[in-house]
Parts: sequence; structure tokens; C-alpha cells
Amino acid sequence: MSEHIVPVRIYIVIFLALLLGTALTVAAAFINFPWQLNTIVALTIATTKATLVVLYFMHVRYSIRLIWVIVASALFWIGIMFALTLSDYFTRDWISVQTY
Amino acid sequence: MSSEATTAPEIHGHRSLQHHFENMEQQREAGTLGMWVFLVTEIMFFGGMFLAYTLYRNLYPAAFASGSNHLDIALGTLNTGVLILSSFTMAMAVYFTQTGKPRPQVTCLILTLILGLTFLGVKAVEYHDKYEDHLIPGRLFPGNPFDPAVQQEGQPIDPHKLHLLPGATKERVEMFYWIYFAMTGMHALHMIIGAGLLTYLIIFSLRGYFDPEYHSPVEVIGLYWHFVDIVWIFLFPLLYLLGRHFEHG
Repeated sequence: MSEHIVPVRIYIVIFLALLLGTALTVAAAFINFPWQLNTIVALTIATTKATLVVLYFMHVRYSIRLIWVIVASALFWIGIMFALTLSDYFTRDWISVQTY
Repeated sequence: MSSEATTAPEIHGHRSLQHHFENMEQQREAGTLGMWVFLVTEIMFFGGMFLAYTLYRNLYPAAFASGSNHLDIALGTLNTGVLILSSFTMAMAVYFTQTGKPRPQVTCLILTLILGLTFLGVKAVEYHDKYEDHLIPGRLFPGNPFDPAVQQEGQPIDPHKLHLLPGATKERVEMFYWIYFAMTGMHALHMIIGAGLLTYLIIFSLRGYFDPEYHSPVEVIGLYWHFVDIVWIFLFPLLYLLGRHFEHG
């Protein structure tokens, strides 16, 4: 079998990192950062945690290239969905049109 | 056809090998790939709800902060920890299956199931709190429509009352709770389905069905379980945390 078995040590490190990320994001939520930084900090921590889960708990780091393509395609299409929808909603007040 | 079978005797190497696969490794990789394709559809499904959240939060920022601040941050944090621990035990279950250790494998699966049910129990407590505070949106419950008591200036702080930040109205907070219940409810449904899948894994593990050669069910249900964990990793800060800094910062 060519299947890669992730060592227990890595699982434990990832588990502790995820707990640390949770503690950080809760602590950061009570600090009033300027501008939109609260949202950015929260999403950065969440994305980091999700990446750790995908790469190690879900074994993507050790998987065949085709799995990488599938995961990337999910990010790509969700990017399309967000980018096109938000480019509409966030630009509606750039021009003044008569609304009924 | 029969002459081909005799020239490739390894086709019948394992009792779980299906006839349309060359060998166990190809079968396992095909199964994992198929699960990932399914998870892509799940990502798009939840993605639509995350998009709805993004649009309405941008539209009603004060109302979303007000609704968010009313959620129980302690229970939310506890549930995040429970779910991360359950992902860890699930990963360990896969590890013990790969290394051929049936007893710790079953133990890890049972622990994962217990943690999953714990999450659902805490969620039920939270939902009941929201029911008591009349925060179930619309008229989903006859006789208990959305009608939270609002905290007035100068009154003693009542945790059961909704504190509206400047710019927030009850109608807009109701929109937050529609999205909150839609997203956490759909997540909870996935947890319930996951608990059913884990029960199946436990029963077949006890029968000695999985071994280092054949463990695709453990692996792909593990992928599903981790995916549900990832959804919560995003739901928790978006629903529970963003908005705290308006009152505490």
C-alpha cells in the first residue's frame, strides 16, 4: 500500500493549534480594532484553522494531485459566486439611477 | 473474459475489492475522490448561505452586531472545542484503522459519536434559550412569534432582553436570526446525519469489517465529519464573535 499514514504527533500538534486558534479568535473579538480589522482577524484565523484541517486531518497534503484539483476547484467556484454577486451589490450606489 | 481473469489473479485479492477496480489502492483513491466531489457540492451549498450572510450583514451591520451579542458566547466556544476534539478523535479513528488496531479504532469512533451528540445537546440548550427569549424568527412556532423584549436605556441590565445598538431595529435583528437558524440548523442536520454514519461505522467496526487494506468507509465518513467541523469553524466567529467589540472594546 502506498497510502501515507499521518503520524499521531502531527494530529496532536494540529489539534492543539486548532484550540489555540479558537482561544485567539475569542480573545480578539473583545478588542476594538480600527476599521474592518475585527472581521479580517476573525476570518484570517478561521481560514488558517480550516486550512490545517483540510491539509492534515483530511490528508490533502499527502493526497494525489487530482484531489488538489478538486479542492482548488471548490475555492475557484465559490470565488466566482462571491466575486460576481458582491461586484453587483457593492457597486449599486456608484451611479445614481431613478428607483421606483 | 475468463481468460483475462486467469491472467490477473490479484483481482480477487481482497474480499472487499469490487470487480471494476484493478486493485485496492485504485478502489480507495476512487472512493476518496468521489467523496471530495460530493464535498465540493456541499461547499457550494453552504457557500450560498455564507453569501446571504455577507450581503445582509453589510446591509444591517448594527442589527447583526445586536443579534450576535445576544448569542451565548460561552456555549459557542464550548461547542467549538467539542467539535475540534471530535475531529481529532475521528482522525485518530482513521489512524487506528490504517494501522490495524481494532479496539482503539472502535473507542475513537464511539468518542467521536459522543462528542457529536454533546454538540447537538448544547445546541438544543441554545435553541431553547432563544425560544424563551422569543427570538425564533417569523411564526415558526405558533403562539411564540418573533417578539423579543428590548433593553431600554437606564433600566437594569437583563440578559434576556435584546440590546439594540444605534441603527438596529427589531425587524433587522429578525433577519439575523433567520440566517442564524438557517445556517446552524443546516449544520446541525449535517451533524445528525454524521451521527447516523458514525453509528454505522461503529457497528461494522465491531464486526471487524475494516482493516488496513480496506477502510474507505472510515476514511470518507471522516472527510465528511471534518468538513462539518470546517463549516462550524467559520460559523462560530461570523455568528457569535463579530459585534462583541462594539460593546466591549
